[in-house]
Amino acid sequence: MYPSRFRYEAPRSLDEAIVLLHDGGDDAKVLAGGQSLVPLMKLRFASPELVVDINNLPGLDYHRRDPDGTIRVGALCRHVDLEHSELLKASQPTMAAVAPLVADPIVRNRGTLVGSLCHADPQGDWASVMLALGGSVVAQGPGGTRTIPVADFVTGPFENVLEPDEIAVEAFVPPPRGTPAGGYLKLERRVGDFATVGVAVAVETSGHTVTRAGIALTGVGGSTIGVTAAAEALVGEPLTAQQIELAAQLAAEAAQPRTDHRGSAEYKRHMVRTFVTRLLGRIDETAESAVA
Amino acid sequence: MTIIREDAQDSAQVPMRRITISVNGARTVAEVEPRLLLSHLIRRGLGLTGTHMGCDTTNCGACTVLVDGKPVKSCTMLAVQADGHEITTVEGMATASELHPLQEGFKQEHGLQCGFCTPGMMLAAKALLDRNPDPTEEEVRWALSGNLCRCTGYQNIVKSVLWAADKLRGES
Repeated sequence: MYPSRFRYEAPRSLDEAIVLLHDGGDDAKVLAGGQSLVPLMKLRFASPELVVDINNLPGLDYHRRDPDGTIRVGALCRHVDLEHSELLKASQPTMAAVAPLVADPIVRNRGTLVGSLCHADPQGDWASVMLALGGSVVAQGPGGTRTIPVADFVTGPFENVLEPDEIAVEAFVPPPRGTPAGGYLKLERRVGDFATVGVAVAVETSGHTVTRAGIALTGVGGSTIGVTAAAEALVGEPLTAQQIELAAQLAAEAAQPRTDHRGSAEYKRHMVRTFVTRLLGRIDETAESAVA
Repeated sequence: MTIIREDAQDSAQVPMRRITISVNGARTVAEVEPRLLLSHLIRRGLGLTGTHMGCDTTNCGACTVLVDGKPVKSCTMLAVQADGHEITTVEGMATASELHPLQEGFKQEHGLQCGFCTPGMMLAAKALLDRNPDPTEEEVRWALSGNLCRCTGYQNIVKSVLWAADKLRGES
């Protein structure tokens, strides 16, 4: 399979890339890791006239933690960098949990977190995690930069709010309002398959009280689902067994699974409930063992 | 120099790009159309047919090569993106007189049956052993989880990699 013909540019500066995109209009695409775009181009689902390869742009391969606790991930930070990140293991358990579960190890050498958000696949793992964490995307265009919450960034399957001449240069997670806990669980038939069900849980606690919570679901709807009702129910309360049951129930109700070759709707909804219970239960145990 | 044109009919209108890559240590200059995939440059342009094309959809890992030492599915990277980078294919593993310990391991432990996935398996394994000379069985399985094998059930592939790890550490 070949992509259809396109013009290829590999600019050396962000300004140059934005000019190229501006002149390219609607028929231009940004190429970062390429692990979704290149397959789409080979299948001719995407046929851009201009491909702007940003892999040569300097200074975008970072991930770091600011003094205030904000975690920032540059557009060229690969999944593999996040998978092996001591920083995430120490400070952001939900991101640390998802990084080794994205696609497969070889794809993770090329693919990027920011690219995954831009691609906006309803089955994308990072979108759920960044939604649960209340993260945002930083876009740069001819007029400067703007920050878009992940909750507003994706407008539908494979659609985002970026203008044709904007590049998503960074994604970030705001400083936690307590001790961050949580994780990501993914049910997949085999490594590299899309999630049958994925659940992201991000909870911040102060003492026994939940100060912030986010729960988001992968693969059980037309798009990533943020379960705000469950998150709101958890905040301000201790994480008791009853609270966990309630959150799991609300998450299962929010899921919109469809029966397909990966499983029945009923099974998927059940797995949402199970995963939320499991992820929140782990936090509860951690809290109790810390007290003991 | 290698010249590759996917469509000779109106090649005059196709903007070609000149790239310089290192392939198994040899500097190589190629004129490529931007849409040419790295896998096709390697197989057709350079005649290195040890890199296999399996699924062509980023699933199977048969086309795995090392780009600057990291395994990449060459069917999912444009050749033009390899400009300035180092490519290692399975042909770069053995010397004229000696097999690479991974190749020897696959032979000793019967790590292949049809052999189609083998080059990709060995390159993914090489990247693992370069990074982690003493992996556990679990780490080997994890590192190879992006490469599919339809014959072996993986058991002997894992054994082959562990055999090679021992050999490389001088323990066998």
